[in-house]
Amino acid sequence: MGKYLLKRFLIVIPVFLGITILVYVMSSLAPGSPIELLMADPFASAADIEKKRHELGLDQPVVIQYLLWLKELLHGNFGISYRTYGSVLELVASRLSPTLILTVFTTILSLCVAVPLGTIAAYKPYSVWDYASSGLSFAGAATPNFFAAMLMIYIFSIQLDLLPTGGMYDASGTHTWGMLLRHLIMPSVVLSIQQVGSFIRHMRGSMLEVLNEDYIRTARAKGLRENVVLIRHGLRNALIPIVTQIGMNIPFLIGGAVVTEQIFGWPGLGSLMVTSIQARDYPVIMGITVFVSLAVLIGNIVVDVLYTFLDPRIRYD
Amino acid sequence: MKKSYWNDVVKRFSRHKLAMIGLTVIFLELICVLALPLLLGLDPYSIDSAAGFGAPPGGIHILGTDEVGRDVFARIVYGGRTSLFVGFISALISLAIGVPLGLLAGYYKGAAGVLVMRLADVFMSVPSMILVLVLVAVIGPSIESVTIVIGVMGWPQFARQLYGNVLAVREKDYVQAAVAIGEKDGRIMMKYILPNAFAPVIIAFTFSIASAILQESSLSFLGMGVQLPQASWGNIMYAAQSITVLSKRSWLWLPPGLALLITVLSINFLGDGLRDALDPKTRL
Repeated sequence: MGKYLLKRFLIVIPVFLGITILVYVMSSLAPGSPIELLMADPFASAADIEKKRHELGLDQPVVIQYLLWLKELLHGNFGISYRTYGSVLELVASRLSPTLILTVFTTILSLCVAVPLGTIAAYKPYSVWDYASSGLSFAGAATPNFFAAMLMIYIFSIQLDLLPTGGMYDASGTHTWGMLLRHLIMPSVVLSIQQVGSFIRHMRGSMLEVLNEDYIRTARAKGLRENVVLIRHGLRNALIPIVTQIGMNIPFLIGGAVVTEQIFGWPGLGSLMVTSIQARDYPVIMGITVFVSLAVLIGNIVVDVLYTFLDPRIRYD
Repeated sequence: MKKSYWNDVVKRFSRHKLAMIGLTVIFLELICVLALPLLLGLDPYSIDSAAGFGAPPGGIHILGTDEVGRDVFARIVYGGRTSLFVGFISALISLAIGVPLGLLAGYYKGAAGVLVMRLADVFMSVPSMILVLVLVAVIGPSIESVTIVIGVMGWPQFARQLYGNVLAVREKDYVQAAVAIGEKDGRIMMKYILPNAFAPVIIAFTFSIASAILQESSLSFLGMGVQLPQASWGNIMYAAQSITVLSKRSWLWLPPGLALLITVLSINFLGDGLRDALDPKTRL
């Protein structure tokens, strides 16, 4: 196990370095470097510009510049926001928990819908339930986040006046769990729509496979009640591949959170991303990208480790 | 044998009801998008000040007018052109980059395989929505930049898909035989491996069109994609970010949203049909 973990981490390192290179290349494509701003200043002499270039390390070869940037990054220095003049790391950290709340809640919600539906669909293939769940997964995969969000706001906020249109808490200043939940419902339903489809399909497939196993036949032959067979012997095994699916969905979840948070004014990383892009705040944009990618990498390792715990048959050596 | 396989594929595909529905819808949509502007003389840019701004459906504007008095129906038809164009071309770009990389990586394995697959990991670890959003912002949003960026960023799906298949196919006897008679690497890849590993690429291509259309519309919806006055389903809906439009002018966001949903749904139906049809394990 320890050896496997080490190996897993060693694979992640080049991937992470690759991501930093990708982000660095993107940021160097961005217009408006500090030097260009200085060069536009009519009072700056050639010597001033040269001095500034040297100070910023811009007279070094690109590779050295990248390494200097990487060194700062690894020390936790993500730079200063062009917009707020605050530390990028602090800005990102302050937006972290809303996104975490949203994505974790969304995943739980998706599982609550997909696990029962996928199980029933597999248990009774070609039944009404099966068609309903495959219909749902088709519709989910085809509905753009923002359209689902608009429909929900239109129905539940404007027509029925049941749920708030956005934000995380009321303007009253008090923060309660109930209030959070009320604000959380629509964004997480919207965000789960695409995820639910893929979870249902995988749950159905995995359950179909498990139900054909010998141990299910054995359990039935022992005379166990059908729901015990289904839940204790079937579901427990069929859920294992879903864990992988959760891991693979993390990038899509975060990508979807960008649009969803923006619409619902959810104060997380996604809406910070959109604001920063509109303000051309490159240090923050790059900071979020690096940070989110790191989160995806770590998330995948966690899922892999979880996998070995859930299924002792799997041994990574 | 070869011929009968493809006959079976066509047979299986034409029996797939959802795929036939999808095919019909996309075909009709293509006709509408290409022919309607000519037939009806639609104009998505001119401002009809007589009809007014945000006029409800009725009269010559069957879907009303938008915030600046442009015909919404005309904008939706032109938006359809944008969506289908961006979807198809960017999927083609992803394929053109991903297929050669996946083929080479799978054929030469070893260092080349590791390099390409790690590179794919890098691209797939950054949520593609964020990658595309940032790159488009850096380059400057336009139909061209959106298409190219979505296309370039979509290569890992194809490379991964093909890599796995090539690894399996290259061990087949007929490939070994080709190696034994001294065929050149390039010829083995193009003639023996690629045709036998290509089926999943066709399926991936359809799903990649659908996801490109969704990505483009999301970008345009955020105002970071296709720029006004050019029409795109996403940027028509951009206006409905305001609560007044959302609650009082549903003709501005409901029709483009439905068009988007139906299009992506139809393409996914097609992809599903292709998956069933190309898999020889599916019984006739």
